[in-house]
Amino acid sequence: MAIEKKPRVPVREQAPEVRAHNFDEVCLGYNEEEAVAEASRCLNCKNPLCVQGCPVNIAIPRFIEQVKERHFEEAYHIITESSALPAVCGRVCPQESQCEGKCIRARIDEPIAIGKLERFVADWAKENHIRPTGAEKTNGHKVAVIGSGPAGLTCAGDLAKLGYEVTIFEALHKAGGVLSYGIPEFRLPKDRIVAEEVKNVESMGVKIVTDFIVGKSMTIDELMEEEGFEAVFIGSGAGLPMFMGIPGENANGVFSANEYLTRNNLMKAYRDDYDTPIYKAKKVVIVGGGNVAMDAARTALRLGAEVHLVYRRSLEELPARKEEVHHAMEEGIIFDVLCNPTEILVDEETGWVKGVRLIRMELGEPDASGRRRPVPVEGSEFEVECDAVIMSLGTSPNPLISSTTAGLDINKKKCIVAEEATGETSKTGVYAGGDAVTGAATVILAMGAGKAGARGIDEYIRSKG
Amino acid sequence: MYKITKKEQLSAVVWLMELDAPQVAAHCEPGQFVIVRTSEEGERVPLTICDYNRETGSLTIVFQPLGVATEKLLEYGVGDELADVVGPLGLASELVDEDPEVLKNMKILFVAGGVGTAPVYPQVKWLHEHGVDADVIIGARNKDLLFFENEMRAVAGNLYITTDDGSYVRKGLVTDVITDLIENQGKKYDRCICIGPMIMMKFCTLTTKKYDLPTIVSMNPIMVDGTGMCGACRLTVGDEIKFACVDGPEFDGHKINWAEAMKRMQMYKTEEGRAKLAYEEGKTHHGGCGHCH
Repeated sequence: MAIEKKPRVPVREQAPEVRAHNFDEVCLGYNEEEAVAEASRCLNCKNPLCVQGCPVNIAIPRFIEQVKERHFEEAYHIITESSALPAVCGRVCPQESQCEGKCIRARIDEPIAIGKLERFVADWAKENHIRPTGAEKTNGHKVAVIGSGPAGLTCAGDLAKLGYEVTIFEALHKAGGVLSYGIPEFRLPKDRIVAEEVKNVESMGVKIVTDFIVGKSMTIDELMEEEGFEAVFIGSGAGLPMFMGIPGENANGVFSANEYLTRNNLMKAYRDDYDTPIYKAKKVVIVGGGNVAMDAARTALRLGAEVHLVYRRSLEELPARKEEVHHAMEEGIIFDVLCNPTEILVDEETGWVKGVRLIRMELGEPDASGRRRPVPVEGSEFEVECDAVIMSLGTSPNPLISSTTAGLDINKKKCIVAEEATGETSKTGVYAGGDAVTGAATVILAMGAGKAGARGIDEYIRSKG
Repeated sequence: MYKITKKEQLSAVVWLMELDAPQVAAHCEPGQFVIVRTSEEGERVPLTICDYNRETGSLTIVFQPLGVATEKLLEYGVGDELADVVGPLGLASELVDEDPEVLKNMKILFVAGGVGTAPVYPQVKWLHEHGVDADVIIGARNKDLLFFENEMRAVAGNLYITTDDGSYVRKGLVTDVITDLIENQGKKYDRCICIGPMIMMKFCTLTTKKYDLPTIVSMNPIMVDGTGMCGACRLTVGDEIKFACVDGPEFDGHKINWAEAMKRMQMYKTEEGRAKLAYEEGKTHHGGCGHCH
């Protein structure tokens, strides 16, 4: 029997010309009627490919079935069996290449808006004060988790459900990791969403200690030998921002995306009631094409700048989520693709950026990543004026933990070496996952690694007897 | 929260605070720093650790109010609590890792300028406790800005004090004293450690370069997180880019690109100036802006 075509229920958003001037959330999400209508599109496949596409294997058709029946609380409990951060994932996961990318419905019309439904369920639960609960009693085993980002929160939540006494150690003054310092308010509201998700993890019995830098405040060995933690999960995140190594890069007005976003997101520079300074540029060049580059570009736009995003490949190769690129374009970010900076031009007197010299690129043969390698076009250099440059080129691992933990192996790229299925490292009792292991990746992959780490730690502690 | 247990004015512009921060006090070494935040809306301020007591868990910081964040810190008193004290951050002074026998035979000269006297103190004290008496030069613009004279005298070998205006002991810059010690008093040093305002550290390294005297400086650039994440504190050392927070704060002073480092310090001057003005006007509520109703 042919299935009737029925496109996705569109999601309401702030109009581009309005949101370009505020930091409020861009996407407004589904209301109950919209969510139920979208849920009714689900074919409830016997062999749901969407679940395989989800790095934490949420029982997607089961929760959508409950939404269709308006059993929103049941839907929430089904999601939280697998995910500690549904309100976050519903907002920032690259669904098009995961669950929604595998959705059978796409062959008929459009995939189910799984992310938007997940978000709806999580937000509904928050509004109705439904929180997940941990184990009824603890098993007496202490586990330390380093970092309160997506990997750490997920690992801690899963272990708490199994009865472990978990303490998360966070280096910054606020929990959330990249959810707090990196992803902007207009994509992921801090007080309404991130702080609430963190509270949910705490409500499962997890203790969070902020202002504590493992490797400095205390080493992993001290945590295990002196503080009685039987196992440690390292989810310390991405690390040090990379720069291009071109002339002029240390000029005033050249920022890493990490600095720019941390000032604005964690330190709330965009708000008058915070002291944090941020440079409000007139014309900004963002270098890079990932999600972080989009976040930096859209932040600069909201702070009043004309924003040019420079990327060395073409639009098709942009590694950012489609939705972010689409939103950025709608808001008026100018994409200067197939260009690469060769020099930052500096006003010698003030030491401030006055422009960027760019060279045009063309795509050659595919490289190791399978993407076509960008090759500079000789003699094509040109200059662009600007008063700020934001480098968004990825990160290299932070040596704080690896350099202070004997017996913890790192690879050539200085990432911690860990088994994918269990997070097991070269050091007994120490597990790791997320960006500290893989290099910069996504929230959901870090969560998947947090889950794997929790499984590994549970097996390890139980095998000790 | 971190309680302030002592507050003391050291000079006309410099203040000392002791904080109850046992975690930091238990693990810090000379040369390291902490990040302090007064309240939720406050900035993260990096401050060098000036002293610590592992038994009582107390940590001493010394600061000179310059911007909004440090002005706000000054408003806090004994018994008040700070929102955050994070650390220890950065690498310990190289001296801490040196073989004690090697250290004993080493002639070390410390050069302290202004508020930089505070972070010099724990290093000299640490050496003294390890049987090494280092010479110390303290420079201040005038007598009112000098502090830690007695404390330093108790742990230093020879203490030389100089003031720019000659209002105390002798008139001249720290570089004049370095030159005098080496050229006229026959002093030979194996290492110099200089901590103070950037301009003073720059000229100090220019002077010691003449005598091939290896010189370590402690950099205090603009920082946000202090853990290597933001890169705001980057500086050029030789032909490498270093992050002061994780690779420093101490570096070979002869390799620092001083012109660049000093320009980078100016990065937020406009924003900070505006913020400070707004803060001061807010306090007095009659800033003369003309916008009051």
